[in-house]
Amino acid sequence: MSIGLTHYLLLSAILFSISVAGIFINRKNVIVLLMCIELMVLAVNFNFIAFSHYLGDLSGQIFVFFILTVAAAESAIGLAILILLFRNRSSINVEDMDGMRG
Amino acid sequence: MFQSILFYWIAFVVVVAALGVISARNPIHSVMFLVLAFVSSAVLWMLLEAEFLAIVLVLVYVGAVMVLFLFVVMMLDINVQRMREGLTRYAPLGIGVAVVVILEIAHVVWFKAQGFSLGVAPQPAPADYSNTEALGAVLYTEYVYPLELAAVLLLVAIIAAIALTMRQRPGLKKQNIAKQVAVRAEDRVRLVKMKTEKEE
Repeated sequence: MSIGLTHYLLLSAILFSISVAGIFINRKNVIVLLMCIELMVLAVNFNFIAFSHYLGDLSGQIFVFFILTVAAAESAIGLAILILLFRNRSSINVEDMDGMRG
Repeated sequence: MFQSILFYWIAFVVVVAALGVISARNPIHSVMFLVLAFVSSAVLWMLLEAEFLAIVLVLVYVGAVMVLFLFVVMMLDINVQRMREGLTRYAPLGIGVAVVVILEIAHVVWFKAQGFSLGVAPQPAPADYSNTEALGAVLYTEYVYPLELAAVLLLVAIIAAIALTMRQRPGLKKQNIAKQVAVRAEDRVRLVKMKTEKEE
């Protein structure tokens, strides 16, 4: 059986669900949460590229290009916030961040 | 046939690497597994004839973003033991949600695929076809405004990251270069006329 669009979509679905599970499992460690988000973005990119290939439209690849840009900016700012957080609190545990709790 | 084998075992590597990311005890191992996932994904993108993006994924993502992650992980002194506390408590919920998500997506994909003829692989591109060239031809004409917006976005990200992490420690003595350059001799040196003092 040759590889079709369905195979890629299912692989991307598995990848996405693993990262959803990762967000639940590692909900204390902000760094691993950021990595799970990167993995989610990768799964979405997989969808875009698979559709772009199987429908013969380059726009999907252009979108992946922009998604990569946005994801890079997001992780850069996220890590900067993380460093700031660690500097002020000496911890990156999510449960220590309850300063806005009423 | 060769492509099928390639797809299956690289997809297996991607899934194992993703599982490693979420289950590794040490954040550094997580980053390494994420690098493995990205590189294997780049190979799969090559199979999908998206050569330029595959290279960009390795160069930009593995080369820059993942190194940034590694840098931050190694810079912060993380108490791994405390981070792992809730693992077993939340694992059933996380796995349950993941299974539901995957079932839903697989359901939709499977049933849609019956109606469509999406499983048919398109003809492979000819040898003189350049993915980069084709991408550039679309990117710089049809998508030129989004491209400029993306450039502005990156600029904003640079400024934000620098502004967030720059700090001025209170009570730190430092040079004011502008003041130093602007100083004149008469501000600093005062020539005094006086009689010579002689020891008699």
